[in-house]
Amino acid sequence: MSTDFPRADAQASLARLRARTLSARLWSWRTLVLRRLTQFGILLMFFGTAHWGWEASRDVPLLSGNLSASEFMGLFPMADPFAALQILLAGHVLQAEVWTGAAIVFGFYMLVGGRVYCAWVCPVNAVTDLAGWLRQRLPVATLFALSRTTRYFVLAAALFISVITGVAAFEWVSPIGMMHREIVFGMGLGFLALTAIFLFDLLILRNGWCGHLCPLGAFWSLVGKAAPLRVRFDADSCTRCGECARVCPEPQVLNLKKLDQSGWVTAGECSNCGRCTALCPEGSLAFGLRWPVRVRSDNPDQSNQSTRGG
Amino acid sequence: MSDTRSASRRDFLVKLAQGSALAATAGTLWAYLLKQEVRAHPFALRPPGARAERDFNAACIKCGQCVNACPYDTLTLAGAGGDIPIGTPHFTPRDIPCYLCPDIPCMKACPTGALSPALADINDSRMGLAVIDLENCLSWKGLRCEICHRECPLKGKAIVLETHPRRISRHAMFMPIVHSEHCTGCGICEKACPTAEAAIRILPHKMVQGKIGEHYRLGWTSETEITQEFQPSAAPDAAPEAAPRKAPGMDYLNEGGL
Amino acid sequence: MTVNRREFLKTAVAGVAASTMSLPLTRLAEAAARELEKGWQWDKSVCRFCGTGCGILVATKGGRIVATKGDPDAPVNRGLNCVKGYFNGKIIYGADRLTQPLLRMTNGKFDKQGKFQPVSWEQALDVMEEKMRWALREKGPHGISIFGSGQYTIHEGYAAAKLMKAGFRSNNLDPNARHCMASAVVAFMQTFGIDEPQGNYDDIEHTDTAVLWGANMAEMHPILWSRITDRRLTHDKMRVVNLTVYGNMSSDIADLEIVFAPNGDLAIQNYIAREIVARNAVDWDFVNKHTVFATGPYDIGYGFRPANAEKYASAAEMETFRNEKVRILDKWEAIAQRRKEGDAVEQKNAATPMKDWAIGFEDFRKALDPYTLDFTAEVAKGDPDEPMDAFKAKLKQLADYYCDRNRKLVSYWTMGFNQHQRGTWVNEQAYMNHLLTGRQCKPGNGAFSLTGQPSACGTAREVGTFAHRLPADMVVMNPKHRALAEKIWKLPAKTINPQMGSHYVKIMRDLEDGSILFNWTQVNNPWQNTANLNHWIKAGREMNNFIVVSDAYPSVSAKVADLILPAAMINEKWGAYGNAERRTQVWRQQVPPPGQARPDLWMILELSKRFKLKEVWGEQKIPGLKAEGFEDGKLPSVLDEAVKLGYSPESTLYEVLFATPENKKAKWPDPIAKGHPNITATLLKDGWFPEKALFEEYRQFGTGKAHDLAPFDVYHHDKVRGMKWPVVQKEGKWVETAWRNNEQYDPYVEKGRGFDFYGNNGLSLVVGDLDKPGDGSRKVDISHKAKIYFRPYASPVEKPDAKWDLWLCTGRVLEHWHSGTMTRRVPELHRAVPAAVCWIHPKDAESRGLKRNDLVWVESRRGKIKVRLETGGRNRMPRGMVYVPWFDEGVLINRVTLDATCPLSKETDFKKCAVKVYKA
Repeated sequence: MSTDFPRADAQASLARLRARTLSARLWSWRTLVLRRLTQFGILLMFFGTAHWGWEASRDVPLLSGNLSASEFMGLFPMADPFAALQILLAGHVLQAEVWTGAAIVFGFYMLVGGRVYCAWVCPVNAVTDLAGWLRQRLPVATLFALSRTTRYFVLAAALFISVITGVAAFEWVSPIGMMHREIVFGMGLGFLALTAIFLFDLLILRNGWCGHLCPLGAFWSLVGKAAPLRVRFDADSCTRCGECARVCPEPQVLNLKKLDQSGWVTAGECSNCGRCTALCPEGSLAFGLRWPVRVRSDNPDQSNQSTRGG
Repeated sequence: MSDTRSASRRDFLVKLAQGSALAATAGTLWAYLLKQEVRAHPFALRPPGARAERDFNAACIKCGQCVNACPYDTLTLAGAGGDIPIGTPHFTPRDIPCYLCPDIPCMKACPTGALSPALADINDSRMGLAVIDLENCLSWKGLRCEICHRECPLKGKAIVLETHPRRISRHAMFMPIVHSEHCTGCGICEKACPTAEAAIRILPHKMVQGKIGEHYRLGWTSETEITQEFQPSAAPDAAPEAAPRKAPGMDYLNEGGL
Repeated sequence: MTVNRREFLKTAVAGVAASTMSLPLTRLAEAAARELEKGWQWDKSVCRFCGTGCGILVATKGGRIVATKGDPDAPVNRGLNCVKGYFNGKIIYGADRLTQPLLRMTNGKFDKQGKFQPVSWEQALDVMEEKMRWALREKGPHGISIFGSGQYTIHEGYAAAKLMKAGFRSNNLDPNARHCMASAVVAFMQTFGIDEPQGNYDDIEHTDTAVLWGANMAEMHPILWSRITDRRLTHDKMRVVNLTVYGNMSSDIADLEIVFAPNGDLAIQNYIAREIVARNAVDWDFVNKHTVFATGPYDIGYGFRPANAEKYASAAEMETFRNEKVRILDKWEAIAQRRKEGDAVEQKNAATPMKDWAIGFEDFRKALDPYTLDFTAEVAKGDPDEPMDAFKAKLKQLADYYCDRNRKLVSYWTMGFNQHQRGTWVNEQAYMNHLLTGRQCKPGNGAFSLTGQPSACGTAREVGTFAHRLPADMVVMNPKHRALAEKIWKLPAKTINPQMGSHYVKIMRDLEDGSILFNWTQVNNPWQNTANLNHWIKAGREMNNFIVVSDAYPSVSAKVADLILPAAMINEKWGAYGNAERRTQVWRQQVPPPGQARPDLWMILELSKRFKLKEVWGEQKIPGLKAEGFEDGKLPSVLDEAVKLGYSPESTLYEVLFATPENKKAKWPDPIAKGHPNITATLLKDGWFPEKALFEEYRQFGTGKAHDLAPFDVYHHDKVRGMKWPVVQKEGKWVETAWRNNEQYDPYVEKGRGFDFYGNNGLSLVVGDLDKPGDGSRKVDISHKAKIYFRPYASPVEKPDAKWDLWLCTGRVLEHWHSGTMTRRVPELHRAVPAAVCWIHPKDAESRGLKRNDLVWVESRRGKIKVRLETGGRNRMPRGMVYVPWFDEGVLINRVTLDATCPLSKETDFKKCAVKVYKA
């Protein structure tokens, strides 16, 4: 797709980006640092509760369980809705506690964006981010291409296999569960699965796990379509330098045509990781709240409403 | 144009076939792995209130809240690559048995009901069944051990002592016997057993329990009265008009000579 | 060379069979065991633990014990062991075995507040000697003391007694058996004039009835219990009765379980006696020929500190202690003692509780009058949830057994009777009912006092390691006994101190008030096993005194000590034990002790080398001494007399007492050793065999006095599995005595008497009435007779009330021996029973908002400890009572218990005090 804008703007944007001061450079890592803090903070709360008996008050554990299901300060339960759904399909009627927990978690991600889970909570993210970062700096040739929609087939398969095998299909092989359990409860060979993902992402397929295969990510992608918290796009200031797409693990969500039309990153696959917002030299991308949410935004009528020129 | 269309259609069909084959292969492999993993569990001892193994494996969300709730660190979540289904809670009595907390905190912590809240009394839990190796049990050899009996939280019910005279001296033997009716499978006996390898162990019920056939009742277990006013069953069907071509026994009777 | 096809196939098949291990596993195991057992050397030994005295065989290889087994030829156990016995081989190999003397030091010098540092034996003995000299200088012979043991070997006990009594002229030697057997001893001495049971374990196979009075034999005498159970299974008439204060393992076999309230046994025994008399079940022939009726004073106190108690006790403690002076009688005592409720009875006889006098049968019968079934049931019913009628029916059934002339009956008891504020009384009551019905000293008939410790009989009692005793039942207070001992020991007259020494609890109290400055603890754990511990721990650590503890493991007592001496354990030295049926059993040294650990006997002998006659046999101050032939408060110098006997003031105690010319005739090495080592003899390096020499010397005391033992070598014969004394020579053979005082079996019985209680020969008793001894003008000769005592019911000195609302009973568990210093080092036993728990009735737990496994405080007026609660398991508590075993140093229950003792025997009552239980 060609652009209406002169290349010079983009060049200038890039030049500005490269000439950043050190403090500006550090500042552009802010979301990354925040994401790692939340990821490890949550992990630490689980770990501390399990191993050091952290308590909110006497005999009330701080955060007991793990990402599959947990209880926070004895106040409210949380549960992974995707796991719950699989168990339900496996033929087990779950207790209200899990459904309440799943609803709480589901509701939360409905608001903040489904794949916020992926970027801000999931511990595997740190591993795949590392693989991605390394791959950018290493001369790894592309081996083959795989459609990013594969994950939705995996999602469907997980649900289907849950029905036919009678056990929660993804929960039994989930490297996310393995990693989290083994960090919190300490044991096992789960790290091998993690190593496999790391090598897969590094050497075989860029963003292979999170961006192509993970059914949990797919699940949250579907949930995230309707989230009010999204990245807002300001077409006027954008110089089309392309830096955002370069750092984005799901670059297809930055489809400029769609962005132009709606003024928002609307795709559910966007994990609100904030890499682009922190990096954009023109400040064209930033978090914002959209309300009411219009899920289908490819209506040409609405495209006119997007602010242009001035 | 029609060529390209038919080419692209053929292309599409081939891709569809390839995709389907890939999906079917991957899916079958996935399902097979799951079956293997779920089946690899014959020795798993589950926390109190655990549903039947299959249901338990289906319901457990592998969150570890039961593990956190256990005050004795009895429970662990199975790691990947072990003998126990991955991520599920279990315990090894020889290391740490279940101490049968009256308030059952592990069961209460379970969000999914894999540990069934129907368990009201911890003594009704059935985590496994204690089995005695009669050949290596000190008490069965006549020594005054019986530690399993004394340490059993349901002493006198789950483990009882049977006494018999010892043939070769004027001493009695005190033989511990486990009763499945009361044994919770807590494993305190296995932990306490003083032999080098425990001579009493907890195993899942289905690995040790037999079953008497439905067609037989033990003569002394209940009073049986001769039924009065016998009700005959319905009359057999009327005989068919023509004789059948085949009748039982004829094959053998007609075969070979004598 | 040709191999035909068939043969080839055969070998091939065999090869395959072996290589695939298709042999039965048992046969493979046997083969492996045979391989493993190559080079093992077996010898006979004795179980280290309880008073049952099971024989074991020990296998050694390369200086290590590699296996043990129950001795199939041992008459006691016939190859069996309990689970403690099963681990005999492992107790010496605990990971934290003490192997080096340790002294509290700061900057290389002894400091009471210092940290333990390793020192050489030379340094250790130097400090010990110096501190002992200091104590002797400051306080005279009373300033030093030894806590001895019922787990001493006979040789060790004998050497300790001789060193203290003949050497240091101090009677402050008392064994932990004081906590265990003293009540039985006093009752034996008062009733029969001679100690220890007349019967033996074979009574079990002869009797029709076993009545347990406060003896949970199922756990505490496991192997005897298997004999009782066998009798119950194989003899139709056999009945087992378990009298206890809580439901225990022995109830499982019992036909009758009678749960009684603490001290209720005193009333039940009198109820039985009343029934025997009322139903005319008295064996008059036996009673008239062989017994006299007797009684004694009731106002005897409770064995608390007699003076200045308030100086050391808290106000809360004084609530109990003040009963030592004046006791306000409760309702039941008033009836039982023919007084009025609320009477304030001054405890005038607290210092003279042993007084006794003869009474007539009519007085005896009158005394039993109040003990009706109604009264007894009211006083004694122990389970509040049991209907009164059911309890009465049980008591009646019990009385029926005693009154049935055709029924043989044995009463067994251990700590339930002995650890009792009226322990001597209740022991004597047992004899009362057996003597009344003529059921004593006959196969299958007798009152049998079981012992707790492996050599409570053999060492503590027979050797006489008590504060008042000399060997062979003699006492230091008796001039004739002293003279005899002085003769055998070749001592000048008046060497032995005629004043009774401090008993176990009094040694603790003397340490607390500073009248004893030096203590040596051997083979026991006083700072775990003594009631009201907080006082004694403080006395040990904070008073200016010096405490030496010999032990194999770092016990609580070792922690209290100033100097720790690493001790050799059972099969690391030569030894001998005497069990509850008078059976003396011996063993040889099997393995060397680890590191610098040494036998207690060697320590005693080494210490004796460091003192000379002139230091100890000169004139000595003994505060309060009053004895005929002695100046008040003084022991005379016997040095001049000593010179006449051929000693020099420069002679060491080692030369005079131990390595005497006579003793040195027993040479080491000796063929009886069959190649086994003797570390004591080897270290002494002077060529004598101390164990043999001391045993032979000790034997002189009992020979001819109905305590006869066989020579040392006889016991070591391969075929001998111990012998029951008196062992007398008949036609050149050494023959044991199965039942004493019975003409059929006992060579000491005067011919034609049938039964002969010769222990009382030459003694007489003042005649009085129920309340007083009379004026002393009338006396009866009690030669050949036993006494039938009337002893009344007395209520426990401390009872639960609104604040302290539960009874606490303490005791043992099968898996652990005493304070657990040995059995808790056996990983398997520790795993089986890792910690003490507090057994409680589920409703008592519930009403306090507690549940099973909760951590609770058990608190009394004296102290508190934290323990886990158990509502199920092996003990079934009645409502109102909790039980905590004492083996666990992490649950030092003796911080809580009450140091009330039987005033006659000075044995502590560990079985009853008032506590409260609440969530920790």
